[in-house]
Amino acid sequence: MDDEAPVIYGLEFQARSLTAQVAETDAIRFLVGTQSLKYDNQVHVLDFDEDNNALNKTVFFHKDGEIWHIGSSPGDKDVLSTCFNKIVDNKLQGQAAIWRLPSDDEDPDIQDVGLHDDASSNAKNLEVLCRLDNSDAGNIMSVLWEPQGDGNRILSLTDNKFLVWDLEASGSRARMTSSATLEGKGHPKFTSLRWNPHHNNSQVASANDTTIRGWDLRSMEQTYMIENAHGQLVRDLDFNPNKQYYMASCGDDCSVKFWDVRNTEWPVMVQNDHSHWVWSVRYNQFHDQLVLSSSSDSRVILTNAASISSEPFGHMDEDDDDEEEDDDIMDNEEKNRSKEAMKDGVIATYEEHEDSVYAAEWSAADPWLFASLSYDGRLVINRVPRAEKYKILL
Amino acid sequence: MSEGSAEGGAAKSRRKHGMLKMYYGLDDQQEKPANMNPTDINGAYFNPEVYLTMIMKEKRLNDLIDKEAEMVKQIRSLDSDMQTLVYENYNKFISATDTIRKMKTDFKKMEEEMDRLATNMDTIADFSEKISSTLQERRAQITKLSGVHSLLKKLQFLFELPARLNKCISMKAYSQAVRYYSKARVVLLQYQHMPSFHGIHRDCNEIVNELRLKLREQFGNKESDAKQLAECVDLLLQLKEPPDELCDEFLSHARRKLDESLREMSSHVKTGRERTASSPEEDEDGNHGNKEHESERPAEKIMRSLPMDILEFVDSSCNGFLESICLVIASYKELFVNRQAGDSQEEEELEQVAHAKLGQFVDSRMQQYFTCIQDRIQAEKSSVENSLLVRALDRFFRRLQAVHRLLPDLKILQRGADIVAAAAKERAQYYGDGLKKHFAECITDIRQTLCAPRMVGKQSAPNLAELVNVTSSSVIDQVKLVLTSLKSFLGQDITFAQTLFFATKYPTKTVREGLLVDFLRHIFQTCTNLCEGGGEKGSAPHTLILILSRLLVDFETTHIIQLLGTCNAQFLIEDSRGLTQTSTLCLEAKDAAQLLLNHYVQAQGLQISQMLRKSVDTRDWLNTIEPRNVRAVMKRVVEDITAIDSNVGSLYEEGTRKAHSSDSSKKTFQSFSVSRQQRTQRSYTPSTTFDTSLMSNIQKLFSERIEIFSSVEFSKVSVVTGIIKISLKTFLECVRLRTFGRYGLQQIQVDTHYLNLYLWRFVSDEKLVHFLLDEIVGSAVHRCLDATLMESSIVEVICERG
Repeated sequence: MDDEAPVIYGLEFQARSLTAQVAETDAIRFLVGTQSLKYDNQVHVLDFDEDNNALNKTVFFHKDGEIWHIGSSPGDKDVLSTCFNKIVDNKLQGQAAIWRLPSDDEDPDIQDVGLHDDASSNAKNLEVLCRLDNSDAGNIMSVLWEPQGDGNRILSLTDNKFLVWDLEASGSRARMTSSATLEGKGHPKFTSLRWNPHHNNSQVASANDTTIRGWDLRSMEQTYMIENAHGQLVRDLDFNPNKQYYMASCGDDCSVKFWDVRNTEWPVMVQNDHSHWVWSVRYNQFHDQLVLSSSSDSRVILTNAASISSEPFGHMDEDDDDEEEDDDIMDNEEKNRSKEAMKDGVIATYEEHEDSVYAAEWSAADPWLFASLSYDGRLVINRVPRAEKYKILL
Repeated sequence: MSEGSAEGGAAKSRRKHGMLKMYYGLDDQQEKPANMNPTDINGAYFNPEVYLTMIMKEKRLNDLIDKEAEMVKQIRSLDSDMQTLVYENYNKFISATDTIRKMKTDFKKMEEEMDRLATNMDTIADFSEKISSTLQERRAQITKLSGVHSLLKKLQFLFELPARLNKCISMKAYSQAVRYYSKARVVLLQYQHMPSFHGIHRDCNEIVNELRLKLREQFGNKESDAKQLAECVDLLLQLKEPPDELCDEFLSHARRKLDESLREMSSHVKTGRERTASSPEEDEDGNHGNKEHESERPAEKIMRSLPMDILEFVDSSCNGFLESICLVIASYKELFVNRQAGDSQEEEELEQVAHAKLGQFVDSRMQQYFTCIQDRIQAEKSSVENSLLVRALDRFFRRLQAVHRLLPDLKILQRGADIVAAAAKERAQYYGDGLKKHFAECITDIRQTLCAPRMVGKQSAPNLAELVNVTSSSVIDQVKLVLTSLKSFLGQDITFAQTLFFATKYPTKTVREGLLVDFLRHIFQTCTNLCEGGGEKGSAPHTLILILSRLLVDFETTHIIQLLGTCNAQFLIEDSRGLTQTSTLCLEAKDAAQLLLNHYVQAQGLQISQMLRKSVDTRDWLNTIEPRNVRAVMKRVVEDITAIDSNVGSLYEEGTRKAHSSDSSKKTFQSFSVSRQQRTQRSYTPSTTFDTSLMSNIQKLFSERIEIFSSVEFSKVSVVTGIIKISLKTFLECVRLRTFGRYGLQQIQVDTHYLNLYLWRFVSDEKLVHFLLDEIVGSAVHRCLDATLMESSIVEVICERG
């Protein structure tokens, strides 16, 4: 029972950026970056204690400016990236940096005190590993780590370019290796970029206005294009981690669409469950029929996309086997019910937020758990409903 | 004394009567109560003592004396009556005895004469016996002689037979010849081992073979008419030709004729089709091939050069083909099937074979005929003249009945009915397509009307309500027209109207479901399809969507019920079970209308959103100058919303507002805006650490969650509120993505105030506008490096200035 109840955590500042600590596979950890123009911004490391159903936080200062995007290295759990705005000469500049969390080995006691007392006053600063030199590339909007990599390759996205960087010397030096520029009339601007985890991480997809484009990192050339993917601006993209060619996108037309990039004419599935712009869409890394989307209607929706997932009929096959061996009627009935329930559609709508939810992320450690972050600084940790979980597992 | 005897007699006669009655089984029970009265002096059960006592008891002395006198008088008269009767009867008896005595003497004389007669007869018998015995020998000889005579006569007939046959053939008296031959055949066969008979037999056979050939020739002759044919066949059968061969030949002969008329028909159909491709020369060409037939009816030749309509076609086809096939069937049946002469099984088998052959033949011919007719009807598909088609079909069906009566087991009528049904269905389909086309035209008309004034550049919008009315009435008129013309299939004088299909399926399945319901669904579908691909260029203009949504609402409230009612009434549909219910359709209409309206709201909201977004995204809010006036885009937004408001208002009801904003006088409006301004001031000026977020959070606690892209009601206020919600939410989200300088913030402040001045009157709940605008300002304050708000009085002045 308690398992199902959401855990709510409030930040003092407004926040947009959230990521799971990708390299950590034992503990459930999320990183949140705050947005404040007046005070020192923070990065909160939130550790979810499953036994007590509570969140333990560790706060680090991020004094460089308000954080628009945060990412964590898949190779080293203490390394993270942020994109932040800095005001230089009364102008906004979007910059990015690679940071290391200061190790807490030295003085665990103080750390503990810091946890329970006023965290912000005792918090440590993040250690800068390197800054991405963006003198000519423009404002950096986001930094993406190579999925399942060792944390040496990143992508940075600016208004009309994306750059590939190699991190050297355990992240202390960044070298730009290649870049691609979006060209077109009316100065198109990227809104989102996503690394394709298949094909040896050699492909990415980008979104600008209503168009989705695929790029090949080896040639830095555009490979495919989905025009008018959404009726309005495309906000976010995500690739199916287990089924290549499949991709999800979301946008201002309130819909989440699923694509097979081999056929860009029509989406394979469209979900229209939100009542305002959808800001993020995420596949579950383990069970890709579970898709999470968050929207400025202040809702988070968990969708079942079983029919286009990597295991669409797996259950049926198993059921058949079972039925041959097991003649128990009750059992069969239950299975039939579960089969019926495996239909595509909304599994659950989470309404704990009261402001626009700009980010929602799955945990890297627990496949059934996710966090969502709304603009007012409220972070909510939720789980996949148990019934659904058993349906997938059994 | 007399009384006593009378009593005894009465009792006796009564007993006799009783026995008689018993014997005849008559029931005298019923009579008893009537006659049981012992005081009735004339009754059968009269008892003098009872009577006497009764009289003595009941009557007075005077009465008794009177009664006695009366009785004595009666008795006397009865006595005298009796005496006269006895006397008369005695006389008659005496005369009877005299007569009997006389008869006795007469009979003695007669006996003597009879004896004499008997002896005479004996002698006559003796004589005759003698004569016959003498004549015995001669008689046997005479019999023998007469036998020889007849044999000789027969032989002579046989010997003369070949000559006779030849003579008959030369005289073309074939039937006579056949009769002779069939008489002699048995004898000739029996005695053919004798050389003389053998010769005759051979000769006869030769002649008969010749005769056969001749008959066959006649049989195979095109020109010979049915009667001749029948005769031929009859004779050939008598000559023991194999009947099934004859059947085949007969049928193949008939086939030639029928095929010709079929060919003629199909050429008609072809030319009819080519005609639609317009070339009268070819039509003539087609005629040359059929000249022989035309020669019978020269008048038709002229007609043929004119395109033949379906009625005419069916008429001529019926006259030509159906009539001749009827004739063929009738004569065939007479010849092969209904031959009574037949005896035993062999004949029966033959009959069956013949019947089967006929069935097969007619079946295949009719099949071709039907295809031909079907082709013709197909060609008729696009013509508009419905009554003509119905009449043609009726005639066709009527004529088929004749064929059906002749061969009931071929189910010709059934197939004919199928064709008629298919034609009716196709007709309905055609009309349905016509309706759909008409609806599409209506939509195009609306589009053009909507575009026209814009091209001219007029500001005044077209009258939307009128457009809706015109469109709906035109659609309904069209539907009613179609229903009326389809009704003609069920006319009273139409024969096929009674068939199963037209009695049951046609009104419900074809007309109601197939046409009307399908058309209504098509309307819904077309309308909802317009919503798809929203936001892209080339999609339907927003006003069209709005008009269609109103149209569908009208359909939901009145038109559907009206149309279905008309349909039910015209086609006498009483039992609507299993059919699409009116309520279902209404619901569908409402859903579609809702979809359209929602789409309209989203599309309009999007349009305004785009303006707002561009205006926020493209500006450098950090380095702007101090606001002097409201940005033009805000004015544009208000203008657009006003336009939308008037558009929607011309189609939809006002709708309900929250009570407190009903007063729209300038005064209250201003005072309100001032108070609001103060509130805004209050909430933002003391910018302590977390006031703003706290304030907005507290506000949120008390306000309901706002569904941005939610469904709207069918009212003006609801629609416009929806649009405003979408626009303002976009504004908010855009603001949150930017960073503001001091003057940037102040510009937002001015803009929102301006919006507040004008937008509240459009919405159902003005709090909503206030809340969203507060959020915008709040967010801007958050995103501002130097959050100093402008004096509210200055803001007001700027806004007043416009």
